[in-house]
Amino acid sequence: MRLFGLFAVLVTGALLLYGVKDFPHYGAADSPANGGIVPRYYLENTMKDARVPNAVTTTLADYRGYDTMFETSVVFTAGVAIFAILRVFGGDRNRHHPDSLRIRGDQFRIIVGTTSRLLIAPIQLFALYVLAHGHHSPGGGFQGGVIIGASFLLLSVARNLGESLTRLPEQRFFTLGATGVLIYAGIGLLCLLLGHHFLDYRALQHVLPGVSPEMARSHGILGVEIGVAITVSSIMFAIYANLSTRGELKKGL
Amino acid sequence: MIWQFDTLILLLLLVAAVVSLRLRDLLAASVVFGIYSFLMCLLWAEMAAVDVAFTEAAVGAGVSALFMIATVYQTTRKSSD
Repeated sequence: MRLFGLFAVLVTGALLLYGVKDFPHYGAADSPANGGIVPRYYLENTMKDARVPNAVTTTLADYRGYDTMFETSVVFTAGVAIFAILRVFGGDRNRHHPDSLRIRGDQFRIIVGTTSRLLIAPIQLFALYVLAHGHHSPGGGFQGGVIIGASFLLLSVARNLGESLTRLPEQRFFTLGATGVLIYAGIGLLCLLLGHHFLDYRALQHVLPGVSPEMARSHGILGVEIGVAITVSSIMFAIYANLSTRGELKKGL
Repeated sequence: MIWQFDTLILLLLLVAAVVSLRLRDLLAASVVFGIYSFLMCLLWAEMAAVDVAFTEAAVGAGVSALFMIATVYQTTRKSSD
């Protein structure tokens, strides 16, 4: 069995290396990613179409908005799947905690607690910056959402899960997870109701007073990114809460 | 793109990958896997894919390493093979 595994890995690796030969050179101007009609349109028109300098953001949330909408649904579905597999209600199952996993160093608790308390607010502020500044710099809904989720994870690791569950109870994080997807799809539907195509944010100029079609697109991108961030952050916390307590949502690490 | 830097990161990446597979202590393996993600993030940043690097740093190194550690704490720490 081990020999077969080695053989399979070697063959797959050799095939992958063989495939690399056909790749365009790094940064080649005529590579499909740089020279194709569609990518060139994205790169050249992102400022003209949506007033967003970061072409990655425009591509992600506007030109290929459907992709991102369903990716957000995938994240939400992952959270629901983890909930369906792991979550148990009531019943005190026999928790086995091997002794090797006992966390030592209780005397450091105050240091860890204070440090994390000082860190959480800047982390969340940075997450909001990443989310709102995705138009101009790397970042956006996914990254901002993960960082907000990470701040809750830090709180759960440094203190305990109960502490973060009082701030974000189970009903609320699943409601938030669904809300994010609904915000995204809702903005798309709003565009449809205003007489444009689904997710064609130019339609938002009819509801946002004094906004040009390009700026409406920019604001539409921000709107869907907020939806993405809400879903991602709450689902990250949902996954962690279920994984770290075997679905009991009690005690935690 | 600086090839010396690239080669160094790639070598460290291979070392991290092999070490995280060979380690029997699953907690240590998760931490090494986090290191692997950070190196991957450096490689993305080196290749000017800053958005991908950012996502890798936040998801790969930050959150998923923690998911694995949480899972190790709820299962067993020693690998059986």
